[in-house]
Amino acid sequence: MSMWKHALFGAAVALAVSLPAQAQDARKETLLVVNETGPNSLDIHAVGANRPSYGVAWLAYDRLMSFGRKTVNGVAYYDYTKLTPELAESWEIAKDGMSVTFKLRRDAKFHDGSPVTAADVKWSYDRALAMGGFPQFQMMAGSLEKPEQFEAVDTHTFRVKFLKKDKLSMPDMAVPVPSIYNATLAKKNATAQDPWAAAWLKNNTAGGGAFKVASWKPGQEIVYERFDDWKSGPLPKLKRVIQREVPSAGTRRALIERGDADMSFEMPPKDFALLSQEKTGNLLVKSTPVENALWYIGMNVNNPPFNNVKVRQAIAYAVPYEKMFTRAFYGRAIKLWGGKPGPVATAAWPATHGYNTDIAKAKALLAEAGYPNGFETTLSFDLGQGTVSEPMAVLLQESLAELGIKATINKVPGANWRAQMLKKDMPIFINRFGGWLNYPEYFFFWNFHSSDPVFNTSGYKNPKMDALIEKARYETDPKKYDAEVKGFIDLLHTDLPRIPVAQPVMDVVMGKHVSGYQYWFHIQPDYRLIEKQ
Amino acid sequence: MKLILKRLLLALPNLVGVIVVTFVLTRALPGDPAAYFAGAAATPEAVAQVRTQLGLDRPMFEQFLSYVSDLAKGDWGVSLATGQSVISELKGRLPASLELTLFGLVLAVSVAVPLGVLAATRPNSAWDHGVRALTTAGVSLPTFFTGLLLVYVFYYKLGWAPSPSGRIDAFVSSPPTVTGFYIIDSLIAGDFTALWASIKQLILPAGTLALFVLAPLARMTRASMLGVLSSDFIRTARASGLTPMTVLYTYALRNALLPVLTTLGMVFSFLLGSNVLVEKVFAWPGIGSFAIESLVASDYAPVQGFVLSMALLYVLLNLLIDLAYTWLDPRIALEG
Repeated sequence: MSMWKHALFGAAVALAVSLPAQAQDARKETLLVVNETGPNSLDIHAVGANRPSYGVAWLAYDRLMSFGRKTVNGVAYYDYTKLTPELAESWEIAKDGMSVTFKLRRDAKFHDGSPVTAADVKWSYDRALAMGGFPQFQMMAGSLEKPEQFEAVDTHTFRVKFLKKDKLSMPDMAVPVPSIYNATLAKKNATAQDPWAAAWLKNNTAGGGAFKVASWKPGQEIVYERFDDWKSGPLPKLKRVIQREVPSAGTRRALIERGDADMSFEMPPKDFALLSQEKTGNLLVKSTPVENALWYIGMNVNNPPFNNVKVRQAIAYAVPYEKMFTRAFYGRAIKLWGGKPGPVATAAWPATHGYNTDIAKAKALLAEAGYPNGFETTLSFDLGQGTVSEPMAVLLQESLAELGIKATINKVPGANWRAQMLKKDMPIFINRFGGWLNYPEYFFFWNFHSSDPVFNTSGYKNPKMDALIEKARYETDPKKYDAEVKGFIDLLHTDLPRIPVAQPVMDVVMGKHVSGYQYWFHIQPDYRLIEKQ
Repeated sequence: MKLILKRLLLALPNLVGVIVVTFVLTRALPGDPAAYFAGAAATPEAVAQVRTQLGLDRPMFEQFLSYVSDLAKGDWGVSLATGQSVISELKGRLPASLELTLFGLVLAVSVAVPLGVLAATRPNSAWDHGVRALTTAGVSLPTFFTGLLLVYVFYYKLGWAPSPSGRIDAFVSSPPTVTGFYIIDSLIAGDFTALWASIKQLILPAGTLALFVLAPLARMTRASMLGVLSSDFIRTARASGLTPMTVLYTYALRNALLPVLTTLGMVFSFLLGSNVLVEKVFAWPGIGSFAIESLVASDYAPVQGFVLSMALLYVLLNLLIDLAYTWLDPRIALEG
């Protein structure tokens, strides 16, 4: 009996001593990231693929092109004006501007060792269209609409024919959707009912990106291992990346502060605000404004009382901007209110509008509109974004009460929110939107065009707006383009189907020993650039 | 054996009821899975397309029939949110929850029963009041609070506990899956690093659960011990000159354990379904958080699978407890 005890105790001590030493070695080359949610699919084309799965596509697959890099105020950004080679080593746009020919890298390999060919590229582009839904829509956003547009000229030459001159066509080939799949491997796992191997690719990767997916436990963690034969860019410094799901923000904070985790991407603004004030000084919080994105208060322009533009303007004067900024965003956002009234000076977007919190003005406008004693309404928000939108809703409710408007708050669960948006019957609501491609007309098309895309939740229709958006989309003259962009921004600020409140910022917290972080439009981590000291 | 079979057969109508009710209830939920899974920029046509893909445009009865026939073939459907089959999700998550809950219960029983006995043998003493205070505190604090408090003190401040980031340290590989219980699997694999790492991860969350259920178990032991200690056969045993220890443990405790066992069964089933908050705080990939996330996403198949597996588990649990009764008290015979 007592021998047993001794043996057990001895073993336990030996373990306790040996464990940290082993762990130390693995730690140096491994980045441990803790996030709220992980990918739900390894295939970005899958139905219902979530945001973190864009990150998988980014790392495990390559695109033909990527974007350059720039530094603004000490923070590294991708540069959407500069396309850089990835799988394609060069490309040439035809003289008539109606096609582009890519030359693929001759030494590029997929993870299984087979060479990357133009046939793989053609298959991948066809797949993005054939899978329907989000990937198809994203391709079409760059006027890449038909399989006939894609042509494998020879083993290492791939051509894309354009349907029309669209400035979004080229950058749209550098977003995560047109990732290049290993067609031979994928076809081996396809079936008659599933010719694009959707079922297999959801749980397996067939890529040639800088990282291989070493293991994936949905809902728990994904482990990446460096692909040492990667040729499409400088070899990443990290050998392994473990991305774990830790749902509680408090726990994530504790892990980061104790130095057990190296990095975290998702945390409520309040936690980031507290972390950035950390006195210990071994943490780094990087904040970057999310391009082409805003938090806003939207109103349904087709039903009373919000069909009256005076009512919408009254609300714009009643929004407690400053309170929202401190109590909902904890200062971690960019203010979009209180600018110079009247037309905007530049075509920069998101733009500052001229409204400010001014209850007296709001009351006057409301009386003019015929609602001197206010009205009753329902204020909706997405519970899935509740950390920010819930305090916003409560503050707005308080402020509206001063105008005699009785707003009942309607918390909509995440599953319901999309359905609610599609119905377009919420009277007043709080939401956030961001566009991948950093062009204001892209944002305006998705939110204010009369063809009624999902995000035009206000049901806004205005021929003048449509004309400006469409002109700007294909405009080649920079001066005219500027005027058109200013035109539709001003129209938004006077018609007010929605009131911009703030531009969100992307916060990332990491240990001081981590460097190389760069902001990407898809707001997913790029471990290819990160290193540990 | 025959009795066990009979009991299992009797449970069948319950299971049928569970299947029907969960099917209807999930469909009655407000969310629209098609709109949710069509993605951020879906057009109404895309949503309709997804709806057809998911078979949600068919009449409900038809959906139910195909669900039941799939169930009969052992196909529990696919979780849209995680993209995995419900069976494989449950296989991975149920052992995680069971391991945590069982570990917590063992901790709770090993503390609660001695505390209950201590309180019963010294009623109204300082000990008794101390035990009452401790258990009341345990049950009054919500588990997520106790959990966060334990993390704060033992991990964040003192650094004694390992990082609360799941079932095993990120830098230790998990043992090859046999049972899904990391402790058992690492013993099978002879991997003591993994064994130690998974036990360390268990201590804080299991402790949180144990604190919460200390109260019913300790109070029940105390009450039942008090009753037994004042009964005739104990007086006889004492009068016969048996040592106080023998009287207490061989005669009194064994008889007093029956109601404790009943409580244990209830506490277990309660814990298994309701430790979502503990799972969240400790990033434990259990079944509770899976069920909640599926509900939020209107993901029907996993919700149905979760309720069904819980129902199956309760049937088995009740059977086990009944069997334990006959072992503790041979006078009870198992008759359907």
